[in-house]
Amino acid sequence: MQYDEIMVRYGELSTKGHNRKNFIDRLGSNVRDALHKFPEVKVHANPDRLHVSLNGANSDEVMRHLKLVFGIQNFSPSLKVDKNYDAVCKAAKEMIEEQVKHPITFKIETRRSDHHFEMDTFQMNRELGGYLLQQFPDLLTVDVHHPDLTLRVEIRLNGIFLTSEKVPGAGGLPVGTAGKGMMMLSGGIDSPVAAYLAMKRGVSVEMVHFFSPPYTSEQALAKAKELTGKLAHYCGSINFIQVPFTEIQETIKEKVPEGYLMTVQRRLMLRLAVALAEKRHGLAIFNGESLGQVASQTMQSMRAIEDVTNMPVLRPVLSYDKNEIIKIAKQIGTYDLSILPYEDCCTVFTPPSPKTMPRVDRARKYEQLIDVDGLMQKSLANIKITRIHAGEEFLNQNQDVFADLL
Amino acid sequence: MIYFDNSATTKIWPSVLSTYEKVANEVWGNPSSLHHLGQVAWNLLQQSRKQIADLYGVEPGEIIFTSGGTEGDNWVIKGTAFAKQQFGKHIITSSVEHAAVRNAMKQLEELGFDVTYLPVDDEGRVNPQDVQDAIRPDTILVSIMAINNEIGTVQPIKEIGEILKKYPNIHYMVDAVQAIGKGVDSMVFSDRVDFATFSGHKFHAPRGTGFVYKKRGRQIAPLIAGGGQEQGLRSGTENTPGDAAMARAVRLVQDGQAESVQRERAIKHKIIEHLKQFDHVRIFSKDDDSFAAHILCFAIVGVRGETVVHAFEEHDIYISTTSACSSKDEDTTSTLSAMKVPKKVAECAVRVSLGDQNTLADADEFNRVFDELYEGFKKIID
Repeated sequence: MQYDEIMVRYGELSTKGHNRKNFIDRLGSNVRDALHKFPEVKVHANPDRLHVSLNGANSDEVMRHLKLVFGIQNFSPSLKVDKNYDAVCKAAKEMIEEQVKHPITFKIETRRSDHHFEMDTFQMNRELGGYLLQQFPDLLTVDVHHPDLTLRVEIRLNGIFLTSEKVPGAGGLPVGTAGKGMMMLSGGIDSPVAAYLAMKRGVSVEMVHFFSPPYTSEQALAKAKELTGKLAHYCGSINFIQVPFTEIQETIKEKVPEGYLMTVQRRLMLRLAVALAEKRHGLAIFNGESLGQVASQTMQSMRAIEDVTNMPVLRPVLSYDKNEIIKIAKQIGTYDLSILPYEDCCTVFTPPSPKTMPRVDRARKYEQLIDVDGLMQKSLANIKITRIHAGEEFLNQNQDVFADLL
Repeated sequence: MIYFDNSATTKIWPSVLSTYEKVANEVWGNPSSLHHLGQVAWNLLQQSRKQIADLYGVEPGEIIFTSGGTEGDNWVIKGTAFAKQQFGKHIITSSVEHAAVRNAMKQLEELGFDVTYLPVDDEGRVNPQDVQDAIRPDTILVSIMAINNEIGTVQPIKEIGEILKKYPNIHYMVDAVQAIGKGVDSMVFSDRVDFATFSGHKFHAPRGTGFVYKKRGRQIAPLIAGGGQEQGLRSGTENTPGDAAMARAVRLVQDGQAESVQRERAIKHKIIEHLKQFDHVRIFSKDDDSFAAHILCFAIVGVRGETVVHAFEEHDIYISTTSACSSKDEDTTSTLSAMKVPKKVAECAVRVSLGDQNTLADADEFNRVFDELYEGFKKIID
């Protein structure tokens, strides 16, 4: 059924006191962002609810996008009809026909903000209920206390709106309400899942991706960007910061003893992410580390790496098993991309046996063998920031051209 | 001209040809190359594969591009034999299969495999019970065609699949070369089928294209070893233009399927109703769902098929003696002999096979020409 408007109910944020306005404004702009490919859609974030006027946009498509936006408890698509009783009856009948296949109980719930309308709420409830019972004697019975289906009629100044379905939303908090964090995104399975979980709790993430041409390929970069496009479904759009890392990696390889290659390299990555966070008003660093998964993810390693900063380094998948992470990755649609076999910056120059228990003092000492500040400055001067929208694709940029051929 | 030989080959669709041309000109990199030109070609190849997979509701990894039906049949049969010979050397097939299956089986017999050729009834159909009875502990493969290419019998693929559910280790292959776009997708892709083989030029795609559906998890040995293309199962530089063109043809054929099956049924019905009136005509294909809509096999008893083909050709109507692949052989048709049709009658058989461009007016013209020819043939019949 093609609907005219979608009414969105807020989630947890209804309990957030006077921050409420910020939350609502933020959710409004996130929804606008998520629906940016429907220019005809208008979003009104009111204190009690958020209304999405479709103006002809395909309601199924719009709802598919809405389901992914964090901070929405549920939403209901509604039909807008002319302000007369006959039109209400006709639309209500169509809705029941479409949605009800087996006998159920129902009730009508009318709200009237236009008090000049000819019928009052009781009259509407009674007469519309009576009409529907008469139309569907085998399907409907009335139950005003615990109905299976509540048909809501809202009489507003600009028309009458009919609603019956309630579609669950993604829950969580609107992305951005928790502040900004820098997400270290490699392109593997874990970091996209960590990004998803961070966003779910309201973090606005910016992706930091280390790019080491020619050791890593354009495809590895395109893959990280495409992953970002997948994740942007949950918040509208995400900044993708590509950080040149070739020179740093080469210098470390040349100067640092093999056992500490990985530790020092990670320290530099973290230093760069922190520098970006400070410049871009980020409050924390996020990554996809899971305790004990590889050499760099032991507690000793974390200690030796995190030594470079006092900014919080948050690890949303810290205690998840690989299988649990894979399950979420499949559910959010990043898994198939993550397993594409392109080298990323973490797999280049991996020593045959990295230290799983590096020592902080040694890590510090070896780091001093390279010109940390100089290298970082050079790298930061050459970062490239791309704003990536939901569903943008980078691996196969000719997809549309190809679709015409096929 | 009336082209009634669509089971032999079909005319390539103009838009399919133009895809071929564009891809050959513009996306000519080797899909295995790491550089940009290769990546673009790779992306196109994968998108083509995904399109075919989506149209049949299977996974992209389950579609493997080949050079056509004969390769697909040979590959699945011999690939199964090579991969599973330590478990057994017994194969079950029917006695009405296409030569690509039949002769691949013959080769395996020479290598010590044991092949059971199931009999068929008087409509050319395998009895599922015979499959059940033929299964032995060392059976590794059952290979049955979906639609017979000579007379159009629809085989009981689902029923055989039901039986094979009790034997999960046996590979089940369906030769689906005649089945694409013929309204039997749910049968060909039914859940117990492990492999199905397809040929591009039977549905308006270029020659030298085809694909095999290979259910995920089923193992067969590659027949063509080399650079490891197609998951290492079918080496050789990918035919990007051909595969893209075929993906387009699959889409077009699926889009038009409902309409074309209905149209072909109507044409076939019209011709069958006409042919029924003649005493000396024997019709082998039935006019209902148990036979494909696009194949009609009949004989003017007493007139050799070859003569009939050439007589129609005089009137610019193109039909064939049963299977075009073997129509130059002296042997009479294998399907009809398996149905125990006497040799004298079988050698008179001809096949009308319908396709995209045929209309009801073609049926009228065919019937008119038939009457005229029959008048002439009467002299030699009686």
